[in-house]
Amino acid sequence: MNDFSEKTIGQVYERLNKYAESHGYHLNPDIEFTKDLIKSLLINQNRYGYWACPCRLASGKKEEDLDIICPCDYRDADVKEFGACYCALYVSQVIKDGEKQAEPIPERRPIKE
Amino acid sequence: MIKVEHVKGKNKGKIMLYVLSTCVWCRKTKDLLKDLGVEYYYIFVDQLEDSDKEQQMREVSKYNPHRSFPTLVINNDRCIVGFKEDEIREALGK
Repeated sequence: MNDFSEKTIGQVYERLNKYAESHGYHLNPDIEFTKDLIKSLLINQNRYGYWACPCRLASGKKEEDLDIICPCDYRDADVKEFGACYCALYVSQVIKDGEKQAEPIPERRPIKE
Repeated sequence: MIKVEHVKGKNKGKIMLYVLSTCVWCRKTKDLLKDLGVEYYYIFVDQLEDSDKEQQMREVSKYNPHRSFPTLVINNDRCIVGFKEDEIREALGK
């Protein structure tokens, strides 16, 4: 169920990359890292029915996870402040150009009581 | 039943790693612990049953209120959140 072919992952990568670039966003230049994340998104699509962020624990209830459906609500602020989104799928121009490495960033999502 | 994986290695105290099977930063953290050759335990929290998931999340939030991943807990005391390579090496490397 979760063994997606290289071809499928490659196709999603091409489509995502094209869409990102045409809207002023950039995918992580580390293609293997990015394809791993795309595979995780496809796994979460199978599990939950939506692209839950690979690096956050989804509740499984879509209405509770709307803010972490990729691209998450925190992407723009994170890319602007840290140069990458939380799971580092989306990165800034500087990181895309290889002038800097994507690094782990703090969690911007508010703590749930 | 909570599936706790155990990786053998040098004893550097109790090392507990909470991770998600889909998170690449989590995988990098596991790979780093393996490179360091330390003994550790880890749980794929996203693969647990809901009741176990909630229980483990309460455990994680004792150390990391954000409940984010990876969460690395050393001797039920020190907590390192995220793939912080330098900090992990400093805490476990020597």
